[in-house]
Amino acid sequence: MKTLVTVKRVPDPETTIRVKPDGSGIVTDNVKYVINPFDEIAIEEALRIKEKLGGEVVLVSLGAKVITEQLRTGLAMGADRAVLILCEQELDSLAVASVFAKLVEREKPELVVMGKQAIDDDANQAGQMLAALLGWPQATFASKVEFAADQKSVQVTREVDGGLETVGFSLPGIITADLRLNEPRYASLPGIMKARKKEIKEIPIADFGADVTPRLKVLKLEPPAKKQAGKKLETVQALIDALHTGAKVI
Amino acid sequence: MGNVLVFAEHHKGKFPKSTLVAVQAGKEAAGKLGGNCIAAVLGSGVDAPAQEISGYGVTKVIAADDAGLANYLADAYAATLEQLIKANDVSLMLATSTAVGKDLLPRLAARLGVGMATDVVTINADGTFTRPMYAGNVLATVSLDGAVKVISVRGTAFDAAQAGGQAPVEKASVSLDAAAKQMQFISFNEIKSDRPQLTEARIVVSGGRGLKSGENFTQYLEPLVDALGAAMGASRAAVDAGFVPNDLQVGQTGKVVAPELYFAVGISGAIQHLAGMKDSKVIVAINKDPEAPIFSIADYGLVADLFKAVPELTEEVKKLKG
Repeated sequence: MKTLVTVKRVPDPETTIRVKPDGSGIVTDNVKYVINPFDEIAIEEALRIKEKLGGEVVLVSLGAKVITEQLRTGLAMGADRAVLILCEQELDSLAVASVFAKLVEREKPELVVMGKQAIDDDANQAGQMLAALLGWPQATFASKVEFAADQKSVQVTREVDGGLETVGFSLPGIITADLRLNEPRYASLPGIMKARKKEIKEIPIADFGADVTPRLKVLKLEPPAKKQAGKKLETVQALIDALHTGAKVI
Repeated sequence: MGNVLVFAEHHKGKFPKSTLVAVQAGKEAAGKLGGNCIAAVLGSGVDAPAQEISGYGVTKVIAADDAGLANYLADAYAATLEQLIKANDVSLMLATSTAVGKDLLPRLAARLGVGMATDVVTINADGTFTRPMYAGNVLATVSLDGAVKVISVRGTAFDAAQAGGQAPVEKASVSLDAAAKQMQFISFNEIKSDRPQLTEARIVVSGGRGLKSGENFTQYLEPLVDALGAAMGASRAAVDAGFVPNDLQVGQTGKVVAPELYFAVGISGAIQHLAGMKDSKVIVAINKDPEAPIFSIADYGLVADLFKAVPELTEEVKKLKG
């Protein structure tokens, strides 16, 4: 199974995000960057598939050269090689999917595994859009992935409202990872050593000739209204009084 | 401005509250931007639900009835909606950010070659949209270019549409080619519960890592949940630790709720949890750590050992309810 996994560089989820005073972006000084946590789960799933069925795991990312750091981490986890599509400009989800679609045509993987959403823009779009552009089936929010014995089709259990849904399709296809699909491994020391020698192929975005005109434009950012901290109460009785006779919510 | 098309999600003919929210957002959008608000009901044998949704103040209901639409599948549904959009002069396509909405709309947008705004909380009169980013720490104003704008709306940001009026129901013929039938529905394993749905409940009681185990959810939290007639939620930390299923997760990567009353029990208040509940009207936090960030957004904070406070609270609630 040849699997392509997309990797996005995002601020560490524990970072406090602040909006620049002029609303043009977020303050990036002293922000630590990591692999998008859902992409880490996607990498782990691809590695498990390879361990079971053989094949190759190729990472792909899109953006500035600094992403090399995150790709190196993914390679240290065990991915075989990486492609970095160099691009300085901010792209919307459709543009990202359009470029990835061109890369998929070149690499011809049987499977693309992605995180269900990036925790910076919280868009939750790229996987579904890539599936549409390729005309491939999709299984988003995956919590379990099982291949048929002949490795030609897959059944994916999805975390949906009110329960678990299972869908199936013939490969190639796209899977996006939800939280409980797996627990990503840490890179081992030998893994980190090996990763230094693995290939990260850089390709300028222009090479793909994809239409990356932004359809979604972010005009302005602002912090949400701050909520005032309320009262600290001492006893359960005081809480009951506050909720029952005060706020009248119980 | 052309028409607004609302995807009226139903589960075996029943509409969750989130669908009425989509209808309301659709009517608001048509009011602000022009055009008619049309609802689309997809499925197999959808006469009854199409009739039902026609009584919620829309201008028209389109029923797309086909055996290939019996179960929700992204490929067939996206292909169908694309046909409906083209046939009905649609310039804004809208659904609520449910699991189905999130799965479906990006696929549809890409088919149309247009962008999409996720989790819209405000439809602005100038045609822009406001949506949260970075786990709700940032509100972004965005614009969408293209003949059709596709948006998902956050279920807690709009009211549910009220019943009223009676719109005509029009049948749409559906043609699904092989490319739209690649996916197969295998099964749905419903998590059965007598409690209200998390996203629809008036009161939500959520537990975090402070509960320490799944057994403690059952022993300590559930009696309070049931005494209040509430829905039960959990922090991502509690889900990660395997205490409860992911279905209960409230937060950036789980469900977004805004009930009248929200209890955060043994939840420290990580950014990603706050993203899912901070718009609740009254927030109560019970935590033994007085420095826990959850207290900074709680209306009422009780610094206490939850294993003592929660049973006591449950008893008091039972007394109140007599």
